[in-house]
Amino acid sequence: MTDSTPHGFHPTGAEGPAIGQDEWVARHSDASFLPKRLAPLEQRLRAVPWWAWLTLFVGAFCLFPAVETGGYVRQVAFNTVLYMLLALGLNVVVGWAGLLDLGYVAFYGIGAYVYALLDSPHYGIHLPTLVAVPVVVVIGALAGILLGLPSWRLTGDYLAIVTLFFLQLFQTVTTNWQHVTGGPFGILNVDPFGLPGGHQLATQHNGVFAVAYLYVALAIFTVVFVALRLLNRSRTGRAWRSLREDPLAAEAMGMPVNWLKLLSFAFGAAVAALTGSLYAALYGNVFPLTFYFVTLITVYVMVILGGSGNQAGVVLGALIISPLLEILRDAGKSRVAFFVALVCGLLLLSRRRPRLAYVGLAALALGFVVHAICGAVNSTWVAGEHAGGFAGLVDHWVVAPAHVASWIPPVTYIGVIAAALVCTLLRGRLRDVALVPTLYLAAFVWENVMLSKPEPARYIVLGLILIVLMILRPNGLLGERRVEIV
Amino acid sequence: MSSLLELRGVSLAFGGLTVVDRLDLHVDENEIVSVIGPNGAGKTTLFNLITGIYRPHGGDIVFDGSSIVGLEPHQISRRGISRTFQTLRLFLNMSVKENVMAGAYGHTRAGALRSMLRTPGMRREEREIEALAEQRLRFFGERLTGYRWDQPAYSLSYANRRRLEIARATATNPRLLLLDEPAAGMNPAETHEITELIGQLRAQAGYTILVIEHDMHVVEGISDRVVALDHGVKIAEGSFDAVATDEKVVEAYLGLNTMSRK
Repeated sequence: MTDSTPHGFHPTGAEGPAIGQDEWVARHSDASFLPKRLAPLEQRLRAVPWWAWLTLFVGAFCLFPAVETGGYVRQVAFNTVLYMLLALGLNVVVGWAGLLDLGYVAFYGIGAYVYALLDSPHYGIHLPTLVAVPVVVVIGALAGILLGLPSWRLTGDYLAIVTLFFLQLFQTVTTNWQHVTGGPFGILNVDPFGLPGGHQLATQHNGVFAVAYLYVALAIFTVVFVALRLLNRSRTGRAWRSLREDPLAAEAMGMPVNWLKLLSFAFGAAVAALTGSLYAALYGNVFPLTFYFVTLITVYVMVILGGSGNQAGVVLGALIISPLLEILRDAGKSRVAFFVALVCGLLLLSRRRPRLAYVGLAALALGFVVHAICGAVNSTWVAGEHAGGFAGLVDHWVVAPAHVASWIPPVTYIGVIAAALVCTLLRGRLRDVALVPTLYLAAFVWENVMLSKPEPARYIVLGLILIVLMILRPNGLLGERRVEIV
Repeated sequence: MSSLLELRGVSLAFGGLTVVDRLDLHVDENEIVSVIGPNGAGKTTLFNLITGIYRPHGGDIVFDGSSIVGLEPHQISRRGISRTFQTLRLFLNMSVKENVMAGAYGHTRAGALRSMLRTPGMRREEREIEALAEQRLRFFGERLTGYRWDQPAYSLSYANRRRLEIARATATNPRLLLLDEPAAGMNPAETHEITELIGQLRAQAGYTILVIEHDMHVVEGISDRVVALDHGVKIAEGSFDAVATDEKVVEAYLGLNTMSRK
């Protein structure tokens, strides 16, 4: 080691190439979120302390009801906070401790059901909120420890299967144990949260969502966010992440891995159970199917999209997905979202593969040609057009028959899947050529088949967005680059 | 003088294969002992037995006067035995400093509740952990200090990862340090350096060291005593010169000289 500048590190960076400099330093600019031109801005944004971001975020959220007075939109905001809480809890188990827990929403359900049993006419028990909620949290944590026990012996896929079974078990029990859970009819008339003076915090105000619940949810969110953040930056948080990276090494370095696994399950479950009580108190009823796969998948999408392991990331994930799912309920907005996602995806991907821009243009041209031919041959083939607006614009391009024959949906649907598969098998120019009719066929299926079924359609849009984002940022929006083996 | 670590007739078998066979071994306080032997001799298995990853089928392992057989690995770590791994097992996606700070888990106290409340005691302990980590990393000079503290461990070069593993192992405040092939994959200059470093670990920090090593220059340079294993059996023990010229050791490494036997 006689090198005058050890390891090639040049503090000034002005003396030509720094040979032997760490790969990570060289790649540091790649890790930035914004484009390189905006690097100074990003540095300044990164220098802002986390609590300032949190204050800004919660403050802005609190002011939201002043701008938006509609009860429905406010309720969507409340649901978004619920999802943010769920994502924070899941992040403890999946993002930090690295345990794949597919039974997570069962704890959400346990929280809701326990609160419903403790505060409803079902058993005639009406515990004060300040007693009921801590009980819910403790029971949730205990249930988490119970489900954490298999993680002593199982990891990865095997743990995922066992926890998934736990969710199914919860579902079966709540659906069939009618004496206690009310079965599929659920528990009705659950008490809203009560204030210490004996007043109840009404869930509705003049027939619409009472905004007080949004503030309660935001307060709980702030407390949970700060508590988990501080916990992550402590001995326990470091041990969780060590366990995620290498359980054997963690154990050999003096960390009780089994206990830490239970602890992470307990914390995740406690947050989910707390969220469950908030849900039950606002909606006043609990049904088994609320806490099932759709919710599980939604929360996972939020965590993965935002960046598993990054608290701000998973909150951002919830903030994007939850309103998006609401917007996509409407066929018109869903249509806009689909085509915007398609065009944005093509544009973003064409930065890496410039030929994709020509593919997009070719698909556009193909559409007008096909539309003109169909219109000339038989005018009823294009008679399903919308009159104006975005939908009308799209229907000048996509063929929309007045009456969709019964054979069209299955044939075109399978056709678009087959075409997509063919595209994955082809390489180079041939693939670009095959992509053109595939894109057009996909648009046709979307317009004529999917839009009449908004429920699956919105999840397809969600999937499309997720695919594009995962290609561009595989670790999620705010996720750090992760390596498995080097 | 009583031994810090003593193995008495320790045996381990995987199915029908005896990996360690009635092994007696002792390491005295402030001693550096090297374990050598061909691949598959049971050297790493020996480390796994001492650190509690495997439980011996027979015999006893005594550390500092009490048996450690049946304890969990993290309990053994807290008693004062720490190790590095032959195949590096760093916490790759954590920062260099965090890797070392994580090693301090065993001898720190703050629980989850105190961490969330950031009590004064917890904050003091956190500062102590950080100071300890920085001190452990400074032991390796400039390589693991300064701007590298906050880099992820995966960004380090191979040799620096080996150094970081040693730093992490020392963060548990051990009395006995088990080093599994510390010079593996290093170039001659780095190998020479690691030889001096192991000596310094004893001289400055006072660790007792048990080391597995294939590089005979390293073994010669550091060892007070050398133990040779083959097929889980101790075949020689003594000074480096005595073991290196031992007939059984030469045979284990090179095979029987059948020509001269005829």
